[in-house]
Amino acid sequence: MGDTLQVKKQPKQYDVVIVGSGAGGGMAAYVLANAGIKVCLLEAGPDYDPAKNSSQLKNPWESPRRGASTKFRPFGDFDASFWGWEIDGEPYTHAAGTKWEWWRARMVGGRTNHWGRISLRFGPKDFKRKSIDGLGDDWPIGYDDIKPYYDKIDKLLGVFGSMEGLPNDPDGIFLPPPKPRLHELFIKKAATGIGVPVIPSRLSILTKQINKERGACFYCAQCGRACKVYADFSSSSVLIKPALATGNVDLVTNAMAREVLTNKEGLATGVSYVNKEDLQEYQVMGKIVILAASACESARLMLNSKSDQHPNGISNSSNVIGKYLHDSTGAAMGGVIPQLFGRKRYNEDGVGGMHVYTPWWLDNKKLDFPRGYHIEYWGGMNQPAYGFGFGIEGQNGKFPINGKTKEAGGYGASLKEDYRYLYGANVGMAGRGESIALESNFCEIDPSVVDKYGIPVLRFNTKNSDFEIKQAKHMKETFKEIMHNMGAVITWGDNAGPENDYGLANPGNIIHEAGTIRMGDDKKKSALNKWSQAHECKNLFNVDGGQFVSQADKNITWTILALSMRTSEYIIDQLKKQTI
Amino acid sequence: MDRRKSIKALLIGTAASAVMIEGCDTKDKKKPVATNTPSINEDDRMAEEIIANKNLREAVFFTPDEMATITVLADIIIPKDAVSGSASDAKVPDFIEFIVKDMPQHQIPMRGGLRWLDIQSLKRFEKAFTAITPAQQLQIVDDIAYPEKVKPGMKQGIAFFNLVRNLTATGFYTSEMGVTDIGYAGNKPNLWTGVPDEVLKQYNLSYSERELKESIRFEN
Repeated sequence: MGDTLQVKKQPKQYDVVIVGSGAGGGMAAYVLANAGIKVCLLEAGPDYDPAKNSSQLKNPWESPRRGASTKFRPFGDFDASFWGWEIDGEPYTHAAGTKWEWWRARMVGGRTNHWGRISLRFGPKDFKRKSIDGLGDDWPIGYDDIKPYYDKIDKLLGVFGSMEGLPNDPDGIFLPPPKPRLHELFIKKAATGIGVPVIPSRLSILTKQINKERGACFYCAQCGRACKVYADFSSSSVLIKPALATGNVDLVTNAMAREVLTNKEGLATGVSYVNKEDLQEYQVMGKIVILAASACESARLMLNSKSDQHPNGISNSSNVIGKYLHDSTGAAMGGVIPQLFGRKRYNEDGVGGMHVYTPWWLDNKKLDFPRGYHIEYWGGMNQPAYGFGFGIEGQNGKFPINGKTKEAGGYGASLKEDYRYLYGANVGMAGRGESIALESNFCEIDPSVVDKYGIPVLRFNTKNSDFEIKQAKHMKETFKEIMHNMGAVITWGDNAGPENDYGLANPGNIIHEAGTIRMGDDKKKSALNKWSQAHECKNLFNVDGGQFVSQADKNITWTILALSMRTSEYIIDQLKKQTI
Repeated sequence: MDRRKSIKALLIGTAASAVMIEGCDTKDKKKPVATNTPSINEDDRMAEEIIANKNLREAVFFTPDEMATITVLADIIIPKDAVSGSASDAKVPDFIEFIVKDMPQHQIPMRGGLRWLDIQSLKRFEKAFTAITPAQQLQIVDDIAYPEKVKPGMKQGIAFFNLVRNLTATGFYTSEMGVTDIGYAGNKPNLWTGVPDEVLKQYNLSYSERELKESIRFEN
């Protein structure tokens, strides 16, 4: 007979235990370790170092499926995310009628290994939306509280962009942006012609070297594969690696956190977790616990951490944990630019993302929806991958090929000519906007389902509201105008109407989950104070998207990083003052 | 030069001294598992992926007869021409063999379509598709290759041929031969200096003074 299951307590007592090594957790580990604080960093996934593990510069034929998506890598066989829409052994459930799509990466660095690097500061209005339009709530902090941290991370992590002086899209400390590509020049001309601004994008990619540890970008457009020379921001390469080098961080990989442990005073004492390799139970103790497992996973942890002092989950007398769950809005359209058929070939890769974008430009007083969205663009001569050439029968009969009208479909040398002629003329655009955080959108603990580790899973209950649907309608109308003004032919995304919510993506699909552990001054309506500190457990913090009151028309990662730095400095200060 | 060594060499470069480095031969040093199976990249895979890929490689779906028909069709769709070789030359049938195991949703349409094709061939010529002459093969293909010219009873053939065309094209243009044919010039370290001047001229476009001034520039 072997040993029966026991709980093994790690002997080392840490100053801080952090759960999650993505943007928030990585920044916290970095700041705290550099201040001499002893950290235990728990990560549910395996180790990942872009320098070793990236598929960068692999050719399409080096994947047997030519880069197609799998359940292990939904964004493609070369993409840098381990897992995504599903994880074997780790289900989640939906209330009837809910369509929440949940992306979970399991790896050191989390989603920051494969993300789009879109690094946009929130603007002053984004913290005070209720005061402006009466919807949702105001943050307990404002732009002035976070600006110093945006400045610091711009310099520490690197971001390119241009100074524009926009009132609600604050300029950063920017590296030079790359020149627009050909389709982006078409877009710029067409969009500005109808009053839609197009400016350089703001991506955390190093067009110039900023330190010895990271290289400069070499324009292979594969940021999504993670960069072997660390030229783009991933928490794994830019934060965790230097944090480990201080000697103050013990990184425990393949550690699935189960719950936050508390004492009879209701303070956090550490975290219990299961080691996914030996399937044994462990506990690690710390003076402070920081949750950064993603908005929903951190909420799940808090809700699963029940005790006499915290019968409703840790620091949850307000009952808000899991609620106000929201994501970015998303709708898209695309087609071809016939002027670009038969185009001259050259290396058009550039950086791993758009070189230009459109920040929100309108006045809501003249619109039938609140808040706004930015527009992302793509197109051009991309690297062939699975799906290349699909559906040519929908194009090669519609457009003359080298001056010849052909029958749609076909085969043979004539068909090869068609693929060559049509290559590189595609263009697409997508809106990414602000949804309203509603109490009626939430995740909660499913009362009867556990995952393979016996941890109760989340059940989601979300739906898009009329606010978001009307915003998507506006996106489609705007895209149509830009496409027509460019002389482009729309080939997808135009079948938008009320019956399909104007192509609005399901909540969760944009992968910017936020709001489930929101901060606020009112303890009855929030779980955290303005330092991301749990109201009812002063040594517990949350530094991922959970703390967000609203999420703006800007992707949230840069704000997660800034807030995590701010909270970490607060923790250092409080430890010195011995108030925690 | 080993790709990893060249990546290390790339960990340099400021705007003033950025170096133009040609992409080097990325030949995979790992030995392929089976000679007729596309090479599996494994140095960057999760443990679960390695197991899943191995199971896929070892599974068998298409029969030798089906593979023979697929090969004939693929070479009709993508034959050798002045620019590049045929689908067979680019090992597209091997890709199709793998992809239907990887994507089970293709299995019934492919298997059923292949049999539909053979039934057509038997009806017309009393022999299976691979046993008739090339001219006879094209007679059948001409009836299923043009979705906007559908004869009665041929709709299912059109759907099948669209699928085979898609898979053949994707397999071809993601092969080394096909990537060269289509003219994709990227996937190598380089410096993005913008749209080439002659291309800007061709479309009557230009960079603004501000773009020229503020965009990243590289001096050699």
